[in-house]
Parts: sequence; C-alpha cells; structure tokens
Amino acid sequence: MQVPETFDYERASNIDDAIALLERHGDEARLIAGGHSLLPMMKLRLAFPEVLIDINDVPDLDHIRIDGDEIAIGAMVRHAAILDSALLAEHYPIFRDAERVIADPLVRNRGTIGGSFCQADPAEDLSAVGAALGGSVVVRSSSGSRTVPMREFHEGPYETKVGDAEILTEVRFPIRNATGSAYEKVERRVGDWAVAAAGAFVQLDGDMIADAGIGLAAVGADHFIVPDAEAALRGKPAIRESFEEAAQLCHDQCSPVTDQRGPEDYKRHLARELVLRALTRATARARGEES
Amino acid sequence: MTATDVPISAEGNPIGFGRMHRKEDARFLRGAGKYVDDVTLPGMLHGAILRSPIAHARITSIDTSAAEAHPKVKAVITGQTLEGLGLAWMPTLSQDTQSVLCTDKVRFQGQEVAFVIAEDKYSARDALQLIDVDYEPLDAVVDAKHALDDDAPIVRDDLEGRTDNHIYDWEAGDATKCDEVFRNAEVVVTQEMLYPRVHPAPMETCGSVASMDPISGKLTIWTTTQAPHAHRTLYALVAGLPEHKIQVISPDIGGGFGNKVGIYPGYVCSIVGSIVTGKPVKWMEDRSENLMSTSFARDYHMTGSIAATRDGKIQGLKVDVLADHGAFNGVAQPTKFPAGFFHIFTGSYDYDAAHCNVTAVYTNKAPGGVAYACSFRVTEAVYLVERMVDCLADELGMDPAELRMNNLLKPEQFPYTTPTGWEYDSGDYPRALDEAMRIAGYDELRTEQAEKRRAYEAGESSMLMGIGISFFTEGVGAGPRKHMDILGLGMADGCELRIHPTGKAVVRLSVQSQGQGHETTFAQIISHELGIPPEDIDVVHGDTDNTPFGLGTYGSRSTPVSGAAAAVVARRVKDKSRIIAAAALECSPDDLEWEHGRWFVKGDPDNGKTIQDIAMAAHSSLELPEGVEGHLDATAVYDPPELTYPFGAYICVTDVDAGTGEVKVRRFIAVDDCGPRINPMIVEGQVHGGVADGIGMALMELIAFERDGTNLGGSFMDYLLPTSMECPSYELGETVTPSPHHPLGVKGVGESATVGSPAAVVNSVLDAIGVRAADMPLTPAVVWRAMQGSPLRMDLALE
Ligand SMILES: Cc1cc2nc3c(=O)[nH]c(=O)nc-3n(C[C@H](O)[C@H](O)[C@H](O)COP(=O)(O)OP(=O)(O)OC[C@H]3O[C@@H](n4cnc5c(N)ncnc54)[C@H](O)[C@@H]3O)c2cc1C
Repeated sequence: MQVPETFDYERASNIDDAIALLERHGDEARLIAGGHSLLPMMKLRLAFPEVLIDINDVPDLDHIRIDGDEIAIGAMVRHAAILDSALLAEHYPIFRDAERVIADPLVRNRGTIGGSFCQADPAEDLSAVGAALGGSVVVRSSSGSRTVPMREFHEGPYETKVGDAEILTEVRFPIRNATGSAYEKVERRVGDWAVAAAGAFVQLDGDMIADAGIGLAAVGADHFIVPDAEAALRGKPAIRESFEEAAQLCHDQCSPVTDQRGPEDYKRHLARELVLRALTRATARARGEES
Repeated sequence: MTATDVPISAEGNPIGFGRMHRKEDARFLRGAGKYVDDVTLPGMLHGAILRSPIAHARITSIDTSAAEAHPKVKAVITGQTLEGLGLAWMPTLSQDTQSVLCTDKVRFQGQEVAFVIAEDKYSARDALQLIDVDYEPLDAVVDAKHALDDDAPIVRDDLEGRTDNHIYDWEAGDATKCDEVFRNAEVVVTQEMLYPRVHPAPMETCGSVASMDPISGKLTIWTTTQAPHAHRTLYALVAGLPEHKIQVISPDIGGGFGNKVGIYPGYVCSIVGSIVTGKPVKWMEDRSENLMSTSFARDYHMTGSIAATRDGKIQGLKVDVLADHGAFNGVAQPTKFPAGFFHIFTGSYDYDAAHCNVTAVYTNKAPGGVAYACSFRVTEAVYLVERMVDCLADELGMDPAELRMNNLLKPEQFPYTTPTGWEYDSGDYPRALDEAMRIAGYDELRTEQAEKRRAYEAGESSMLMGIGISFFTEGVGAGPRKHMDILGLGMADGCELRIHPTGKAVVRLSVQSQGQGHETTFAQIISHELGIPPEDIDVVHGDTDNTPFGLGTYGSRSTPVSGAAAAVVARRVKDKSRIIAAAALECSPDDLEWEHGRWFVKGDPDNGKTIQDIAMAAHSSLELPEGVEGHLDATAVYDPPELTYPFGAYICVTDVDAGTGEVKVRRFIAVDDCGPRINPMIVEGQVHGGVADGIGMALMELIAFERDGTNLGGSFMDYLLPTSMECPSYELGETVTPSPHHPLGVKGVGESATVGSPAAVVNSVLDAIGVRAADMPLTPAVVWRAMQGSPLRMDLALE
C-alpha cells in the first residue's frame, strides 16, 4: 500500500470559497479535482501538499454547452462526459478520438479537463486537443476572471498561467463551419500515456485549406504546437502533398526526448506519421466522407 | 471412464473428472477471500522497510534516533540488530547468501536497509523518512555483458576470496559431437537473443504477519508463500527455532507465479519484530517494493546456433547463455541444476547432437531468478529453440510450419531420450500441430497474408500481417527424489485422506493454491477414484500444522506430484473399503467388483455397498478381518518416478501497423496436451492466463535499468501488464496423450501457456515485418526500429 504524507483537507462549496481557501493556505495548498494526477504523485511521495482543497462539490463547473459562438466546457467536466458528449462529437470529433485513448474507464470517470490542463504534463492528450483547436481558457481569482488564449496557457512542462490563488473555471472553443478534426495516438498499451500523439483541425474552403491547427503531445513541441506547419497548410489544396509537407515540418521542429517509450528518431517519425494521418482524417471529416 | 459417462452429483457436479465451477469461487466472487493482509490480531503492530535508493553504495552510518523518537514507533531494526542475532544474512534457495538488512553495502536499488515497527502502517511509513543513512556511492555493474570485465566493480566482496562477479559455469550435452555436427552441416544459423528481465507481478504483493507467543514459544506466521512446509523448515534451520513450534499458514494467495517461492527479508523482519516487541507484527510490501525487490524472472542473454541440411533436416543445436542473477543468487530450483531445466532447450525435435553452456554472473540488480511461471527455465529454453527454428526457416526460405512438421519427434520415438538426457514420457506432436493448423485455417491465413503484403508494398495500406508458431515441450512435476531436492529437501509430496463416518471426506495436501483451483481439482481427483461427490470433499492446504509435508506449488508440480499422491491415497482407501465391504456383505474381497462409488458382489449387482455405507461400517462395531483396523483413512508420500512432459502447438496471428510499429494480436490458437483434463474449465483458465502472460512478455513487460542501477520498472505505469484490450478471445484445442507413469496420466498445465506462447507472438510479429530477429518486448518503438534495421536494446535505459 502506497500512502501519501499527512495533509489537511478542505472542501470548497463554491468557486469563491475555493479561491478564499487558496488564499488562506498559501502556496502549500493544492486544488484537487479528479485526483488522477495529483494523488499518484502524492502516493509516490513526489508531491507533498500540506492542504488539499477539494473542488468536487463546487457547482457550475460541469457544463458542456454552446455559449454564443463558442462551446464552453466547465473545468470539472470529466473525461467520461467529454467522451459521451453528442455536442462535442458533432462539432469536434477530435474529443471523442482522444478520449477513447486517454487512460481507462476508471480514470476517465474521475479525471477532469481542468485537471488535465493544469497538470500540463507534456504527454497530456487534452492539452494537445486544445492546442489543435485553439480557443481560450478562463481563469478566476479574487479579483475576477481573465481569459487566456489557449496557446499561451501552457508555459512549459507542468507550468501554466494559473497562479497560486487562481482556479481554472472553463475552457472555450470557437464553433466554426466546414471543419473536421481528428486525433491519433500511439501508446505501448491501452491506458498508457502517449509515446506520441497528434491532433489536427482543418477548415476547408472548397478544395482549399482555409485554416488548420495541429496539436502534438509527448514530442516536446512548445505549447504543444508547431506554428510553421500550420502556416504551411493555410491556403494550400487539401491533398496529401500539403499534409506531408506539414507533417515533415512537425518531424523537424518538434524536440522529443529519448526514454523507455522510444528513441528520439522514432518519436519524430511518429510526429510525422500521426500528423499526416490526423490531417487526412480531419479533412475526410470536413468533407463529410467520414464520421 | 470418459467425460460423458461421469455420473452427476445432487448438486450437479461431475462425480469425477469434468467441468464444474470452482468450489473456491463462491468465496472469491463475494470478496470473502482471506489474504495475509486480512489477518488482524490483537495488539498487532505494523512494519515498513527502508530501502536503498542507490544500486551500489557503502553504508557509512545509519541514524535511527529521529525515527525512534516518533511517538508511534515501537522499534527500529537495522542490520546491526540482526547481526547480534546471527540473522543479518540468510541462505538463498541456491546455496548463496542474501542480506536481510544491510550491514556493509547495498547491492541493488530497493535493497532492505532498516525495518520500522509502529502502531499503524501510516506511521511506520512516515518514520522511514526520519532515518538518516549515509551512502557512499560505488560504481554499479548493470549490464551482464560487462559483469566479467576486469574493471567491473565486485558486487559480492562479502564472499570469501571473491575477486569477480562470476557465479558458475554449467553445461549439458556433448560439445565434441555437437562441434562435429556443426562442422559438417550444410546450413548453420546463429542468432543472439535476450529474454529480458520480467516480473511475476502477482495481484497480491508479498507480506507476512508474525506472532511469537512468549508463553508457549510458538511462532505462527501467516505469509504469502507457495511452499509453506519448505518455509517452515528453513525458518527452523536459519533461525534455530524448533520446527514443531513453527506454524506457517499460507491463507488465500492472490497469485504467485513463482514470486512467492523464496523467503524475503520482510518475512524475517516481521518474525524478528515480533520477537523483539512481543507483539504480532504485520509487514505488507507495496507494489513498487514488489516490482523492485522481489524475485524477477529470466534475464538470459542467449546465443543460439542451429545446424541443418539444405532441405531442412535439423541436425544440431547449441547455445551459450549469460545469466544475470542480480546481486544474490536467489534462484529457486533443484540443487543439481543451477540453470534449472534450461537444458531441455532441444525442445520437440530430433537431433544428432546438442550442447549448452550457461555462465551466471552477479550484477547490481534485484536478486531472485526463477519466477513467473517458467517451469524452472523451460520458458527460456522453449523461446530459444522456437526462435532458432524460425531463424532457420527464414534462412532456408521454408514455411516454419513445414519445417517444424518435418522435424518433430514422431509418436513411435517415445519414450525419447534427448541429447541432453531428458526422458520424454509420451507424445504425439504432429497431431497437436495439425490440430492447431486446422483451427487456425493455416493455408487461408497465408493467402491473406500474401495479399496484405502486396497491398503494403503497393502503398495501399500500412498494415502487415504475421503468423507465428511455437511448439513446446515442458518437463514438469519436480521431481524424483533421486535427482531433485531444494536445499536438501527432496521433492516428494505427502497426502492424507480421511473419510468421515457419513461418507464425507477431507483431503490434506502439502501444496498450496495461488489461484490454480486446488480446492476443486483435488476434490475431483478423490471423487474420480472413490465416487464421492466433489462437494462432499473438503480440501485442506496451506497450514503446516494441518497438512503433511511437501515442497509446494511451483514448476507446474501440484497435479503431477500431489495429484498423484491424492490418487494413491484414494486407492489405498479404496483397497481398504473393499475389505470392509466384503466384511459387511459377508463375502470374500475377491468376489467384489467396483463400480463408481460402490462395491458389489460379482454376478449380483444389487448386492453391494456404497462408499458412504462402507465409511459408516468402517466406524461401526462391524467385525473386521484379523489385522484390519477400523476407520477409513490413508496417507501416502508420492515420489514421482520421472517428470511428466506436457506439450502443445500454438499459433498467433498479428496485425502490425508498419507506419507506427503497433502490434495487435488478432488470434491466438492454443492446442495443449496435458494428458487427461481433470477439470477442463480450470485447464482452460490456466491456458488463458498463460497466453496473457506470454502476450505481455512478448509485447510490453520489462524491468529495465539505468546504467547506475536505477530500476525503470518500479510501478504499473512503467511495468506494463496486458489488459483484455491486448488479448484476443483465445481459441483452444486439445489432444490427449496420457503420461504412462502418472497414476492419472495427467501431466500438469499451470505454466504451459506462459512457456509456450511468447515465441509464437514474437515469431508472428517478425513474420509480419519480414525481419529475422528482435528482442522482447516488441513495443511499437522496437518494432519500428527493427524494420529500419537498427534494433533497440531495451534492457538498459535507452540513450
Ligand atoms: C493510470 C492513468 C493513466 C492516465 N493516462 C492518461 C493518458 O493517456 N492521457 C492523458 O492525457 N492523461 C492521462 N492520465 C491523467 C488523467 O487524464 C488525469 O485525470 C488528468 O491528468 C488530471 O485530471 P484530474 O482532474 O485528475 O486532476 P488532479 O489530479 O485533481 O489535479 C491535477 C493538477 O491540476 C490542478 N487542478 C485541478 N483542477 C484545477 C482547476 N480547476 N484549477 C486550477 N488547478 C486545478 C491540481 O491542483 C493539480 O495540481 C492518466 C492518469 C492515470 C492515473
């Protein structure tokens, strides 16, 4: 049995309460959402928060809804709810693709989108999805809410724009037409973190690519993105040669590290292969050729 | 009696062999199993082990004062404490010694350094962090290939006169003859391969609750052991405790796979802890401790060579092995065989000559060795030969099924003596392979494969398909006393059977189930022999005070050895029941005939006595013949005359995504011949589990190390076990070739699939990608790199 060090526990009743508790307990306090990143670290005695502030009772954080021309997802929405959401599947099938390969049903029943974003693990799948789609993240403190562009949210591995006494409340994605999206991941076994993964978003204008987004997990892409690859796609015909060029840029510009999941050259290869596959499928979806 | 005419009991169970739900399942499915960690005793304290974070370091000081000052800590035990009791070191199962708590230097990451005893398990863990240990780091030797280098750090400088890391050299077969065969051969293929270090990873980790009664002087220890009797004797020998005052109880065990054969420092610490504190002490390791410090398996670097004629007649096989035993040689195996049964590596084929040489070394890695359902290293042996045969097929451009079929031993060659001295009892190998190929639809699969390859080469698809075969022969049921012992304890098993007056029975076994279903299988054996319904037979095991002596459950030995003991003991009862029936029927025993569960007078079938009637008569005032005592009991000790040799043919179909290196096992066909099946459902369950093991080892399981000895497989995030998603729905088949020397003809099956399946998976993947060799685990990266011609070595951290 692996047990964490002793800690205190508080249960926040609403967002303001959570922020007040964070302010009261200072930087030794941590929010706990699904607990599927934080608790394993505590049990392995790699993290030693003195106080856990549980936000599972906080209302108004578990919505997936259309809000103006955006889809808004509350911070406490679980992986399982994202997987099941017809709204998300309709607009952005990339969520369903990704959620099918995130962890296992036990983890998906508890783990949250807010926790995934804030954990900012370089292999986090939803962060790569967010990077591909763009959009924004809403962060709240005692002085009010601010909106951070998705692609600025992650500062680096395990670092985000969320400050000590702040809470991520919502993630927002713009709704756009004529789009397709897809996610491709290679893992050593079901439930394993990605060896490499790629998400793609494509908006078509006839046969041309009007806009594109690519998110990469586990291959050391800054902010999970390779902007040159996306730029190379815009205005190009939606054909294999265009995708290959973008995929090659991802191969060249990402910076994976060798570990037991694979050597650097293999991960680069995967970045190319998976970007190519994700772009191909996203385009097929944009054309209504695939669901 | 065939399966179809077995009578059915009132509860719907076969009175004898046949499918029935396991008697133990009602308890397990309700969550009512009782495991070591469920044992709670009044006043019980909790222990935790401080482990070395470094693989090789001299300990210059240990300061336990802060831990001792913790309000809930009762005692802290170090190597120094144990030295005073002569217990700082203990013998291993291979005549080596192992540190219980470190006194000089640590030799692997995770080694036991101190033991804290506290009022609760949380405080014990917290107090570990209060112990201050000064480590003076030393260079570590992690790569077995460099363990014998002149400048390699010496792991075992504690051993008198030790100047290198060499443990032993061992050989079998005829080297001279083998060389001659290879000199004259038309084709020789040589291949290096690594069977990497893996771990049994049982669901329940290891632990113990020790309770020394200060008044009676009796030590009771509830512990996760596959061999309770052997453990008791060892505690008696090591600790000098009188054996009759030690009771070892192995309650429900959540999986063993070899992991729970040996004695671990934690067990000893809990015993010492109980003696020191006068209270019961529980120690239960966590998952990382289990993976990092307890018995691993394999770690065999092998170079095989196979010789053959151009037209595919196999003539010779030789292999050199470098065996990595870690920091202490803790391998569990019969004394005469330091490399276990590895010299069964010639497998299922006929040769002119064969030879193997095994060199074993120490490294700064966790100790142990034989574990993980390996039949004493038959796993490595089968992997070697089945990979070599595929390499040869590749060299010759022959279909691997055809090459195997042409070289398999023929039924008329049995009993067959192998070039390394094994005497195979019985077999019909071609029939098993035929059956597997029939189930698979082999020819159609090859056609489909060719079409997949064409589409791949035309750039239409990234998918390739592979078909892999493995044919295995195991030697199990260790073993004949004349050849086999562990630490001087012969490998015969006792068994006791008592029939109560009302005809219900209790059978007492020395072996202990860790999930194999003994409570059902052994009841069915007695039922088969005596006609008593299995639900009326209680199987008692796992408690040394209540069972006869025997060496325990591992190496697929329970049914071959204890199963035979149970049959023998039942036959003794049956013989006696005949005399008692004759007395009751007032006739001569010779006038009686047996039908299942009943003796009757020949020619007068209505005039008879059931076994239940006879049991009552045996306990009654019925007058018995001169010299016949009452009651209906018997005991037996079974000394197997020889090993039994189960075999099987496995075929694995994989789909490989050449673009990513991902492997999907599409089908797995397993045709096993383990002799008659006592409970086919239990046999199938054993095969299912074993194939899952094989898929795991072939595709993902691995304990790798950094060059400084840091263990990279210390949690289930890193040590990957297969899930239902990686395992297909298995397709099983059977042939039945009874063992001529086993009373029931049964051969054992517990490890067959773990032994036989990895090579089938690996052969399949390599067949798909058209590459001759790559080492397990075949993760996507390994497969992709193999396709690029730059194979990965995964046992050391990738750099
Ligand atoms: C076995 C296993 C396998 C996994 N596999 C994958 C995988 O394949 N892919 C993948 O992407 N993920 C995987 N995960 C991680 C999983 O998705 C987690 O659920 C997720 O990373 C964290 O979400 P959580 O809600 O559990 O966060 P928690 O563990 O509760 O918190 C994580 C961090 O975020 C902070 N935090 C949480 N919510 C907020 C908030 N609203 N505002 C500010 N800070 C917050 C916490 O303080 C903490 O620092 C796996 C986890 C496990 C245990």
